[in-house]
Amino acid sequence: MMTAPMSFGRVCRLSLLSIGALVFLAPYIFMISTAGKGQSEIFSATLSLIPQQWAYVANFTKAFSRVSMGNLLWNGVLVCGIILVLQVIIAVPCAYAMAKLQFRGARIMMSLVMLGLLIPIHATALPLYVAFDKLSMLNSYTALVAPFSISVFAIFLFLQFFRAMPDDLIHAARLDGMSEAGIVARVIVPNAWPSVTAFAIFSVVAHWNDLFWPLIVITNQGYATPPLGLLFFRAAEAGDDYGALMAATLIITLPLVIVFLLAQKRFVEGITMTGLKG
Amino acid sequence: MADAVLTMSPVETAGRREARTAWLLASPAILLMLLFIVLPTIAVIVLGFTDFELGYGSFRFVGLENYHELMSDRTFRKSLWNTTVYTAIVTPVSIALGLGIALLIESEPRGRSFFRTVYFLPVASLLVAMATVWQYLFHPSIGPLNTFLALFGIPGPNWLGASSIVLYGLSIIGIWQSVGFNMVLFLAGLTAIPRELYSAAEVDGAKSSLDRFRLVTWPMLGPTTLFVTTISVINSVKVFETVKTLTEGGPNKASEMLLFTIYQEGFVYLKVGYASAMTVVFLAILVVLMALQYWFLDRKVHYT
Amino acid sequence: MSVFSLRQIEKSFGGNAILKGVSLEAEAGEFIALVGPSGCGKSTLLRIVAGLDHANAGEIRIGGREVSQLRAADRDIAMVFQSYALYPHLTAGQNIAVPLAMRKLSGAQRLPFVGGILPGQRQICSDIQRQVQAMAVSLKIDHLLDRKPGQMSGGQRQRVALARAMVRNPSVFLMDEPLSNLDANLRVHARGEIVELHRRAGVPTLYVTHDQSEALSMADRVAVMIGGNLLQLAAPQVIYDDPSHIEVARFVGQPRINLLPGQRDADGVVQFGDLRLASSPDTVGTGVTLGVRPEFVSLRAEGQGALAARVERLEFLGSEVIVFAKLAAIGETMLAKVTPAEARSLVAGQMIGLDMEPSRVLLFAENGHRLPAEQISAQLRETVHG
Repeated sequence: MMTAPMSFGRVCRLSLLSIGALVFLAPYIFMISTAGKGQSEIFSATLSLIPQQWAYVANFTKAFSRVSMGNLLWNGVLVCGIILVLQVIIAVPCAYAMAKLQFRGARIMMSLVMLGLLIPIHATALPLYVAFDKLSMLNSYTALVAPFSISVFAIFLFLQFFRAMPDDLIHAARLDGMSEAGIVARVIVPNAWPSVTAFAIFSVVAHWNDLFWPLIVITNQGYATPPLGLLFFRAAEAGDDYGALMAATLIITLPLVIVFLLAQKRFVEGITMTGLKG
Repeated sequence: MADAVLTMSPVETAGRREARTAWLLASPAILLMLLFIVLPTIAVIVLGFTDFELGYGSFRFVGLENYHELMSDRTFRKSLWNTTVYTAIVTPVSIALGLGIALLIESEPRGRSFFRTVYFLPVASLLVAMATVWQYLFHPSIGPLNTFLALFGIPGPNWLGASSIVLYGLSIIGIWQSVGFNMVLFLAGLTAIPRELYSAAEVDGAKSSLDRFRLVTWPMLGPTTLFVTTISVINSVKVFETVKTLTEGGPNKASEMLLFTIYQEGFVYLKVGYASAMTVVFLAILVVLMALQYWFLDRKVHYT
Repeated sequence: MSVFSLRQIEKSFGGNAILKGVSLEAEAGEFIALVGPSGCGKSTLLRIVAGLDHANAGEIRIGGREVSQLRAADRDIAMVFQSYALYPHLTAGQNIAVPLAMRKLSGAQRLPFVGGILPGQRQICSDIQRQVQAMAVSLKIDHLLDRKPGQMSGGQRQRVALARAMVRNPSVFLMDEPLSNLDANLRVHARGEIVELHRRAGVPTLYVTHDQSEALSMADRVAVMIGGNLLQLAAPQVIYDDPSHIEVARFVGQPRINLLPGQRDADGVVQFGDLRLASSPDTVGTGVTLGVRPEFVSLRAEGQGALAARVERLEFLGSEVIVFAKLAAIGETMLAKVTPAEARSLVAGQMIGLDMEPSRVLLFAENGHRLPAEQISAQLRETVHG
């Protein structure tokens, strides 16, 4: 694309965007900067970004020692991963059946799905908590994962995708003698991959970030997910050691940010696709 | 001849088989939907009519007593009010900023990828963590924001600690966190606008960017704007992480929000029945918001 | 005095030359069809004339003014797009009013509620309404004015697009394949309507199409563009009978023209299979191509006529039959257009003779340029009628 010469309008636009970008990046800049400052420097309230005395090692050691970061991150990955796998395995066949196969329950299912989209975890949390409590299943991976194993949004998204897929593809496979299961495995899944990755991004971001449900069902630090772990850290910390606090937030924020930076295009496509279909 | 009447035709058997397969494929989902969505929702509604408290053995049905109590509960009313104010600030600002940034990025060929990444970064970051960072930024005495304002002689307020300001502080964080999401949706909407419409507008005499915006961009963004608005409103109403992490509803209930109140009543004070009634109110608000979108504006905004 | 003219328009994109020095002059009220295969640059040229794209070099004059530096809104042109580009959120009436509203009302006056209070706005609005109504009546769409584009058929949308272009009475109309989105039978009908509208409006029109029959049937003059070059600009009959370039001859005409390769020896004698012609010795290059349209090829019995051929197949078109015949001397297939009566006795595989009408034979040099008719000497007539 030919770049137009630098007109006044262009300069204005670029300046606005750049100033805005700086404002938006400010938290990250200060986070990285403060994670390396010692207590005294933080309390002197300077605006300088480069620490006068590099306390990165001290702060990070403190962060790692107070809360088991590795455990937190592992829990996060495990929980989000299991949730995602379950959601996809359960939603894809269901969406396929609703979109392509004729059966009488289809319409009722559709209403159920639309209804389910309206109801967030926050609404169903109370009875679920009581149930898990009665079953003594609190403080477990099951409790963290189970309510999310059914994602109505996933069904909705894949339904749109399957509806758009030409029937001929499936007819051709049937003519070739493939069983229904074979069709799902060898025709559906490869074609559904873009939708699946789009949904995966949406699901992982949502559940990585979720504080509400883990807060409710987990009191044992060993099962804490990253948001919860950070909350525990804040409680454990007297609240004044901002250096260590920033170090902790840096460590916890890093994984998803790195994944995002590496897979930006996919991220944005994912949000866009889920948005356009929604 | 009689045989044909008594047995099923091949077409019918195939149909039956298809239906059986369908039920098979859908049954796990149906089961889980009943278990984790339908039943709990019914349970919440039912519990809202009881005085159930976790830890106490028995409970009784109290009809609409919970709802009566809610109406005079000052904390709940403050919570409703705060959530409304928060939503009223965050939603329009984050939509306007999202649109503005999307327009700027769209019209500027260079650096598109970079700016998109920067503005979207907050969305991809752990909210609890970034809230903590903002707490440092907002710190009244050692926080960079107030230090920066002091350079211009402006005395920075106690962003998260003063009851008159705390909602604004939380709103700033909420806006920061959601602008990128709106921006991405608007960018998608902008690229979907057919280029020929802009050519036609140019030929028709629309010379300034404002003319083009009013004639083509804004009307064609209708469905996107609607979707963004709905999502934004609902996400604002569901605010929780920042409240729990930073203010716990304080100071003095000044930042008490719906979900936090439900959390407190139901999971800290364990008054499950009462909290269920609150949850029903919360759910009703969500449903009404969604319904408003669908019935009133959806038709107006889709042109085909 | 020409009403609009293009001089040496050049355009390159990413190292590729899309327009290689195109020049064109239009007279008052003229309908010029710009025709060519996909990718020849005709749409690009149209957009450059409109001001939606910029040329790398060249001059554009509209109504005597040099406009290459002006933007589209200031060039006093109107355009009909291939997809009509109607504003989906506005009714037909509002769509047609847009060009008038943009020019006669200021930004403030166009505001939805506030604008109505401003002085003079009401008067201008009713003026605009009158013009829109008049235009709609003349195009027979006045009953559609309150409908949105999504509620109209393709043909109706096309007329709304025309109305929007015509309502302003610009100096030049530009049309970018406006009929290609219509059904075939609707297209033929719409052709007539556009020509009629043009006649009434009397505004010079530049009409882009890839359909050569459309161009020939509608235009006062046809401009044939191939590969970024404007090869010929002439009346349809001239383009058809007297093409200046082999590519023009090849592009125009249904069914396609017969083209046979030949060699010219040192004396200027040209050889086509078992047919020999004389041409001028100083022709450029030694390879030449002979062109003759199927309707000027006639059938003879076996052993008679200038060329011997074997019938490959027959295509029955109702009022005529296309005979595909493979020449015995060289492997080329020739097409002959004959009446059903003449073709009745033919069968595939049959040996026949072919004759070409001498005055209709076209000769092209190696570089594609047409060799003037006088270069075919009297000897041809003797050879053919021999």
